[in-house]
Amino acid sequence: MKKLFLGVLTALAMAAGGTFAGTLDDVKARGNLLCGVSTGAPGFATVDDSGKDVGFDVDYCRALAAAIFGDPMAVKFVGLTSAVRFTALAAGEVDILARNTTWTYSRDTDLKQTFLGVNYYDGQGFMVKKELGVKSTTELDGATVCIQVGTTTELNLADYFKENGMSYEPVPTADNAESQQQYLAGACDTYTTDASALHGTRVNLENPDDHLVLPEIISKEPLGPLVRHGDDNWADIGRWVLNALVIAEEKGITKGNIDSWKDTKDAEIHRLLGTGDDDILAMVGLPKNAMYNAIKAGGNYGEIFENNLGATSGINIERGVNASWTKGGILYSPPFR
Amino acid sequence: MMTKIAFVRKKEIPPSAPPITEVGLIGWLRQNLFSSWLNSILTVLSVYFIVVILWDFIPWAYGGHWNTKSLRECLDLDPDVACFSVLTARWKQLLFGLYPAEEYWRPTLTFIFLLLAIVPILFPRFFRFFWFSIIYPGLAVWLLWGGSFWSISIVYIGLTLGALFFLSLIRRYLKNYMVAAILAFLFTAVFLLFISNPLVGLLNVILPISLPFVESLKMGGFTLSLIVGVTGIVASFPIGILLALGRQSNLPVIKMICVGFIEFIRGVPLITLLFVASVLLNYFLPPGTNFDIVLRVVIMVTLFSAAYMAEVIRGGLAGLPLGQHEASASLGLTYWQSQRLIIMPQALKISIPGIVNTFIGLFKDTTLVSIISLRDPVGLASTIRADQKWNGIYWELYVAIGLMFFIFCWGMSQYSQYLERKLKTDK
Repeated sequence: MKKLFLGVLTALAMAAGGTFAGTLDDVKARGNLLCGVSTGAPGFATVDDSGKDVGFDVDYCRALAAAIFGDPMAVKFVGLTSAVRFTALAAGEVDILARNTTWTYSRDTDLKQTFLGVNYYDGQGFMVKKELGVKSTTELDGATVCIQVGTTTELNLADYFKENGMSYEPVPTADNAESQQQYLAGACDTYTTDASALHGTRVNLENPDDHLVLPEIISKEPLGPLVRHGDDNWADIGRWVLNALVIAEEKGITKGNIDSWKDTKDAEIHRLLGTGDDDILAMVGLPKNAMYNAIKAGGNYGEIFENNLGATSGINIERGVNASWTKGGILYSPPFR
Repeated sequence: MMTKIAFVRKKEIPPSAPPITEVGLIGWLRQNLFSSWLNSILTVLSVYFIVVILWDFIPWAYGGHWNTKSLRECLDLDPDVACFSVLTARWKQLLFGLYPAEEYWRPTLTFIFLLLAIVPILFPRFFRFFWFSIIYPGLAVWLLWGGSFWSISIVYIGLTLGALFFLSLIRRYLKNYMVAAILAFLFTAVFLLFISNPLVGLLNVILPISLPFVESLKMGGFTLSLIVGVTGIVASFPIGILLALGRQSNLPVIKMICVGFIEFIRGVPLITLLFVASVLLNYFLPPGTNFDIVLRVVIMVTLFSAAYMAEVIRGGLAGLPLGQHEASASLGLTYWQSQRLIIMPQALKISIPGIVNTFIGLFKDTTLVSIISLRDPVGLASTIRADQKWNGIYWELYVAIGLMFFIFCWGMSQYSQYLERKLKTDK
């Protein structure tokens, strides 16, 4: 009797878990990918003047759509606020969430999501006026700090100053916009939030050169795309499209030169671009040239970074830790074999 | 001998001019702004604050840039004035959201038709055009979302057939309204559920009229505010009346349902209901069900507004003397006749300020949908700021959005004042 009961339970659980099992099939049947992005995060996702979706996370989803359909435009972007992003993913409103979301333990486990990797290593930084003469966060003892209340940045700030035996006076603000206004009005010596946001803000200040984003990063905010628990094949596809973009940069494969690698001796490039004999992408149900299409869509990781966050974008974030491991960063993909 | 009279005035003395402190500009100022020392202080303070604000605002707004390509360019030209270029670049998005540019004529036409459709409702002398107000909802849905013309018109055909069926039933065979209504309802339901689909298919083949489909994901800007606001306002009014009547009903079940509904909805913040619409409903519905997000939001906003409307109208009902009910009953009117002819016209007249208050509140509350990711003007403002070209622009966007909301809300309030003057019977 007990056995029967357990059996029924398992069957029920499998039925429940199996609801989303064939995400790839669902996506193919629908004819487009549903990608959850931010409704507005500078550099990561927004719409431009002509109404086109643009951004770092947007380009990742285009690469994923290109891998599945061969068409980077076969994707619908669903703008999600931070309040509804996880439930939208869990309820199946989107197939994948690429919404500058920090990978944490509880989001991975308790919220039953699978993070596919890290596409941007962000972290909390500080901006100061140059006239203050501060060159490092260790010189900020006794400073007034504009800080968004109720965020992890507030906790990180307290921890960091305590660890370094320094004191500070918080000036609480509601959001980044208010922090910026308070900082400019001179209510605080420095303001702190994610470094990527600080860079974006600084460029559009009246005199950007009067302000400095300090080099230290005091917290880990690894951002990455994520999917629901329960469909490992779908997670593998998302993970390896991300990895393919990273490998492409490592190998020097760009959007422009991607067609010139047919005679290379590097077997991994042949496997990646589908120009060799073995078709390893069939293992996840993708066409042989899927990664070729993914890289062709918006270029390799470095190009996507440059267009959305780097110098071309006007945000001017330096690669820093987000450089490939071959160039002193920590971006590292497992081998494609 | 006539008494000698030195002087007799033959003409009336012309009235001397009133004291200069009582008329003209000075008089007006004295009476209205400086009538007491407290008023004088308040006047001086108010003038001071107005001047201070305008002193900064006018040069800022008047000298604003309209044609730069980015905020950076504005700042390099002159950082002390407004950068309205963001409006030049994005005004279409603020109005239409992400609606495809080549289809902008559709929301525009929908808006013009909206103005035409509300005229017969607002001004009784155009009531003969009321038929347009009835076909407008279907027309608006078809214009905004597109798709086959027939799949919308079939609903109208079904309802018309149902109404005709009902009328012919009570004329020829049945005297019982209730039974006739139930039969007509069943007839309409059968028509819409089983007959309409093949019929639409057939009509699509014979005479294909359709517009490109635009999904709700693309709706945004003021188009979205108006969709949610206007639908909520129009739908919540009749529901509110029914709820108010239900709450005063003598039938305990109806009364309990109405009281429970009203008190529940009023006890919950709108944003909670919106979260239910956006997040929770998806868990209850089978996966893959595509229950349109805009429709979900409209339903929630309507229910929310209807509960408040019911209480406003109940206030109007309570304001009527009991004699009115008794008088209408003594005339031999049925319940619905007395409601329609005696009670409601008076109760609604008393409630006009409260009703319009609820409408205005509802229209402004539509900005809350930005929290559940819909791109209404406020939501779009943060999307626009996420474009590095406009990152850091606050005032210009919010001033423009505020101005647009003000125009609609002020219009509603002006109409309500006109209506109150027009319906004023007690002198």
